[in-house]
Amino acid sequence: MIAFLVRRVVAGVVLVLVIATLTFGLMSLTGQDPARTIAGQTASHEQVAQKAAELGLDRPLPVRYADWLSHAVRGDLGSSWFTNEPVTSALGNKLPVTLSIVLAGLLLSAVLSVALGVAAAVRGGWLDRAVQGLAILGFAVPSFLVALLLALVVAVKLGWLPATGYVPLEQSPSLWTQSIALPAIALAVGAIAATAQQVRGSMVDVLKMDYIRTLRSRGVSERSLLFRHALRNAAPPALTVLSLQFIGLLSGAVVVEKVFGLTGIGTEANSAASQGDVPMVMGVVVVMVLMVVLVNLLIDVAYGWLNPKVRVS
Amino acid sequence: MSERRQGLTRRLLRDPVAIVCLAVLGLIVLASVLAPLLASHDPNTSSLQDTLAPPSGDHPLGADGVGRDVLARLLYGGRTSLLGALVAVAVAVALGVPTGLIAGYYRRGFDAVASWTANLLMAIPAIVVLLVVLAVVGQNMYLAMVVFGLLMAPGVYRLIRASVTSVREELYVDAARVSGLGDARIMRRHILPVVIAPTVIQAAQMFGLAIVIQSGLEFLGLGSASEASWGAMLNDAFANIYTKPILLLWPGLAVALTVAAFGLLGNALRDALNGSRRASNKAPAPTTPAAMAGPAIHIDGDELLVVRDLRVAYDQEVVGGVSLAVRRGEVLGLVGESGSGKTQTAFAILGLLPPEARVSSGQLLFDGQQLSRAAVPKLRGRRIAYVPQEPMSNLDPSFRIGAQLTEPMRRHLKLSRAAARRKALDLLARVGIEDPERVYSSYPHQISGGMAQRVLIAGAVSCDPDLLIADEPTTALDVTVQAEVLDLMRSLQSERRMGMILVTHNFGVVADICDRVAVMQTGQIVESAPVAELFANPQHPYTRMLLDSTLEDSAPRTRQEEMA
Repeated sequence: MIAFLVRRVVAGVVLVLVIATLTFGLMSLTGQDPARTIAGQTASHEQVAQKAAELGLDRPLPVRYADWLSHAVRGDLGSSWFTNEPVTSALGNKLPVTLSIVLAGLLLSAVLSVALGVAAAVRGGWLDRAVQGLAILGFAVPSFLVALLLALVVAVKLGWLPATGYVPLEQSPSLWTQSIALPAIALAVGAIAATAQQVRGSMVDVLKMDYIRTLRSRGVSERSLLFRHALRNAAPPALTVLSLQFIGLLSGAVVVEKVFGLTGIGTEANSAASQGDVPMVMGVVVVMVLMVVLVNLLIDVAYGWLNPKVRVS
Repeated sequence: MSERRQGLTRRLLRDPVAIVCLAVLGLIVLASVLAPLLASHDPNTSSLQDTLAPPSGDHPLGADGVGRDVLARLLYGGRTSLLGALVAVAVAVALGVPTGLIAGYYRRGFDAVASWTANLLMAIPAIVVLLVVLAVVGQNMYLAMVVFGLLMAPGVYRLIRASVTSVREELYVDAARVSGLGDARIMRRHILPVVIAPTVIQAAQMFGLAIVIQSGLEFLGLGSASEASWGAMLNDAFANIYTKPILLLWPGLAVALTVAAFGLLGNALRDALNGSRRASNKAPAPTTPAAMAGPAIHIDGDELLVVRDLRVAYDQEVVGGVSLAVRRGEVLGLVGESGSGKTQTAFAILGLLPPEARVSSGQLLFDGQQLSRAAVPKLRGRRIAYVPQEPMSNLDPSFRIGAQLTEPMRRHLKLSRAAARRKALDLLARVGIEDPERVYSSYPHQISGGMAQRVLIAGAVSCDPDLLIADEPTTALDVTVQAEVLDLMRSLQSERRMGMILVTHNFGVVADICDRVAVMQTGQIVESAPVAELFANPQHPYTRMLLDSTLEDSAPRTRQEEMA
């Protein structure tokens, strides 16, 4: 198990490194001259050159990258070229927003997809068809359309929940819940659809297994059979789907944040990328990929816990 | 192969869902292509006096927040979305198919590198990369879609690699290789046809995905401002959500319809493909002759279990009126070839048939009590127990042996955790396991098949049942272990005076441990007699044939099938 986790951590670190390198390279390919943009169109050549020196842009690319990397590994992601705000503090303010909606969406997806998937596998009939229908609908209607629909109906027309804005958890848990409810639901719909489908499929397969029949022959209760034995064996493939869905959830968050007027990482990503604010873009990318790596690591741990063949060997 | 593909197309065109999807997509493509003819306005010309104009003759769907014609933007937007998605899918397929083919076919180094890259690419949140790319390439959405295609390529790669890996092991590919066909030829003739269908399905799904991500980006205000697109329309509509929410309808509908049509088309393709597989794999069900009564059974009141006129049917009847009786302390062998219905009979008595089986029985007597079949589950584990055929697949792989042994004991015998553990360890020792402690805390994948079968026997007798039903308990074991396990079952049976039904195809096993034998053929018992009598003087021709094949010392001819 330890060796397995170490391998996953190393893979995660490599992922962060590769993507950071690629992004850094890509950002240097912009046709624009950031020093000119920042100094302004009316600035003189000297002023622009001075700005470039200030930002370290007069050095060759590999040196700049090595410089960024050596600071980044120590937790210093530099400062925004445009606002001079340290990247870590700028992202630190925005991270709770994105984390709130993404993790709430993930939790919602996990709970509801298991409930729906198990129910569809066991009960069959109309419930099964409803879950299959939901799967198609969830695939067809992208999260930002769900978000627009929810914003329009629940917030604008009915006025039940706030359409925009974020309330920090520590300020008011109930208002926090209200402020993230719609974005989280919008994000979860697609993930629920895909994961419930997988849970259903693997539950159907597992319930046909010989060992389920044998456990039943021993008089094990139906409840234990379903939730202790079958669900545990059906969970690993569903977890794999869920971990892929989380990446989709993060992508969706970028767009959903805009719909609900939340200033999270996604909003930052959009504005930093369009401005060509390299330190900020690098920060966003690193944080996003770290989130993917961490959640995947958690899912790997759960996977190992569920699957003794991974754990014991 | 091409025949199979034609079959696929035909099956697809019989599916109404597929037809509707194709029609919807056809309409959308047509409308986009004919946009210059259908739209009376330029999609980008804004006129201030038309701002948020309601539908009229001039603007059939009204005008947007800056006075542009909604219909024109919808039609021209379709071009942008479809073309962008096409670019992404083409890139994904162009990268994923060849790499998947090479990795699946040659494996080794290339496979390792490509799979590593694929895993890496799949962990990237696409939209962040695309935001950066769009900033770099000056908001060129088509270039961004090229990059998105690159990010989707791992999905195609994995699919192709998996299909190739599975087909590569097939005999006909081996045969082609042995007969000296070149690799390129084998790929074209044997491998490519197999991967085409899954690729088409995947492509349909990716089309939807690409449209979603593209319109998402445009909704964020990215992409070329001079090109109409559905996402840009949503962006404009969102800006006017309080004053004119209807503007969300058309682009929203366009995106949802297109994506749904692609998704459903993918599903319909998959169904059509699976349909062909199901049909070809369907095992022929045994046919039964018209129902007739089996040999009469004599009852003298000492029977543990009496079953009369048991019937099991799926599409066809597989057990047609079986009657049998087992006394306390007696071992009844249920013998027959595979497909004779002996296992179905055993499961029907246990009430363990799958839900699609239709079971009926004239009479069920257990320990002198009339039983309804609904009452059987309450007896399972406690009074009627079961030993399966294949040991490894009958232990839950996720739980330790100990947990699987103690759960029923704690439930039925109301034992404490510690008492259940002690009893489980005793049982493991009793069934001849050398190191009970180790096995108790092992997972099923850590023990051998012979040991697993002993564990299953221990589990079956753990709650002191009166009747044990064993389904070919030694068939899946090594020959050396078979005799030991049979000895064990016989000694447990006589020590506890259990009644036992032993399902087997092996007359050697019957001679070893059975008291009486019932011979089954095509769902019926054709002969039933004490063992010595049956061996000495078989009455039914089928019994004689089975005995002859055993005496010739050749394994019964169905044995291989049954183990499969």
